[in-house]
Amino acid sequence: MNTQFFSDTTVMTRRSLRHISRSMDTIITVTIMPIAMMLLFVYVLGGAIQAGTDNYVNYLLPGILLIAIASGISYTAYRLFIDLQSGIFERFHSMPIARSSVLWGHVLTSLVSNAISVVVIILVGLVMGFRSSAGVPAWLAVAGILGVFTLALTWIAVIAGLSATSTDGAGAFSYPLIFLPFVSSAFVPTASMPGPVRAFAENQPVTSIVNTIRALFAQQPVGGEIWLALAWCVGILVIAYAFAMRAYRRKIA
Amino acid sequence: MDETSLAIQVHGLQKSYGKLRVLKGVDFDVARGSIFALLGSNGAGKTTIVRILSTLLKPDDGTARVDGFDVLSQPARVRESISLTGQFAAVDEILTGRENLVMIAELRHVKGTGAVADELLERFGLAEAGGRRVSTYSGGMRRRLDIAMSLIGSPRIIFLDEPTNGLDPEGRIDVWQVVQGLADGGTTVLLTTQYLDEAEKLADRIAILHDGTIIVSGTLEELRKLVPPAKVEYVERQPTLEEIFLAIVGRDKKEQR
Ligand SMILES: Nc1ncnc2c1ncn2[C@@H]1O[C@H](COP(=O)(O)OP(=O)(O)OP(=O)(O)O)[C@@H](O)[C@H]1O
Ligand SMILES: [Mg+2]
Repeated sequence: MNTQFFSDTTVMTRRSLRHISRSMDTIITVTIMPIAMMLLFVYVLGGAIQAGTDNYVNYLLPGILLIAIASGISYTAYRLFIDLQSGIFERFHSMPIARSSVLWGHVLTSLVSNAISVVVIILVGLVMGFRSSAGVPAWLAVAGILGVFTLALTWIAVIAGLSATSTDGAGAFSYPLIFLPFVSSAFVPTASMPGPVRAFAENQPVTSIVNTIRALFAQQPVGGEIWLALAWCVGILVIAYAFAMRAYRRKIA
Repeated sequence: MDETSLAIQVHGLQKSYGKLRVLKGVDFDVARGSIFALLGSNGAGKTTIVRILSTLLKPDDGTARVDGFDVLSQPARVRESISLTGQFAAVDEILTGRENLVMIAELRHVKGTGAVADELLERFGLAEAGGRRVSTYSGGMRRRLDIAMSLIGSPRIIFLDEPTNGLDPEGRIDVWQVVQGLADGGTTVLLTTQYLDEAEKLADRIAILHDGTIIVSGTLEELRKLVPPAKVEYVERQPTLEEIFLAIVGRDKKEQR
């Protein structure tokens, strides 16, 4: 970590952000699907779902945000894969720069682009009736959890981007991640699920993250759930980072 | 020749991909400020050598020193001395030509990045296209931008892997002039090529890579002496490099049988 690393990472991030700003369709694609899902669940299925709440948008929004992030990171894998294919990755690696800045540029860009989609979805949520009395500290806590969650999934995306052999393969890894919130407390309370499914739902990371964000929005005590949520995020982050570095070293060997 | 006058020293270089032995002990030296052409058929291992010299690939055995630095133990120092134009244009498709140049200039900490970019766009006939995204460029324009990006920061040693591949005759002559200009200014150039006339025109020394080793190397004159010129023809003439190449490669093949 030195000034070289920071200045190179700045250049790399600016490059990657230009890619985003020139392909706004990627952000639109990433936000449209979760928004459509939100509309479907609230206006079509919502009447039949017993979530034990009078405002189903409030109940739903945290899970929708996680789905948006899970689908958003697939573009990081895709962009990294394109860099490897096009040879620009090798050009950077033959230059006197901090080599890790090539990856960090993509990672920071992922944080920015996912933050944009999250904000857009929250705004649509507000139009649909999402309300929160949360103050600044609670919002900051939500932002922090979503940030660590994004970072953790982004490093998984880096593994995929580095080891993919086709553009389709680079994006496919995100499907299970997008699916995970469906088997959690994101849409319906886990209590309504049959035994084994319920056991899985209650012990997978999404449930604790969703419950924490929901409690923060509702100004309710988060209890130990927030630490569980953070432990999941940081744990995934550390493991994904280690595997990403391994894939990276194999790539540049 | 003493050590300091050599820009590149390669000794006993070996590299295999799995069971495929590509380099079986490659030796050559390149003098500072000279143009060195590495000649070989498809799959001979030219790109493999270039990748090893530019620290993108580790050799299995042997040593390679670039600008006096060992590629294995001092890769960062090597990267400060070199610049690579790979076999396939390595440019950012989504950025404009100018943005590509500015980006490289920033990474190389060159002063006045905008001016550097504009000067190169002008020099490579890309001034008008400079503001357009590279995805709209023709293959030749992309290649010219690629080479322009490699000149930023005035590296002491430049590797060009088949630099004129895919260029029209005019474009090739332009690139030859650039390469000649670099050498005149003291830059060492190692280029690989399949075009024999290219090596003949540009290179101070030529090495032919075949079957994992350098089977001959020397100046064009020295290479000419290897083939008896006294063929019975209506006009006596010097053998072209192509004839030398085919004669040596053919002879080598016979020896193997
Ligand atoms: N990553 C790799 N994995 C497996 N085999 C490889 C790899 N890279 C190159 N090879 C093989 O090594 C041999 C030499 O490849 P190289 O690209 O160095 O040749 P080249 O002389 O540059 O050929 P060309 O003129 O076609 O560019 C080829 O047979 C190629 O198939
Ligand atoms: Mg090659």
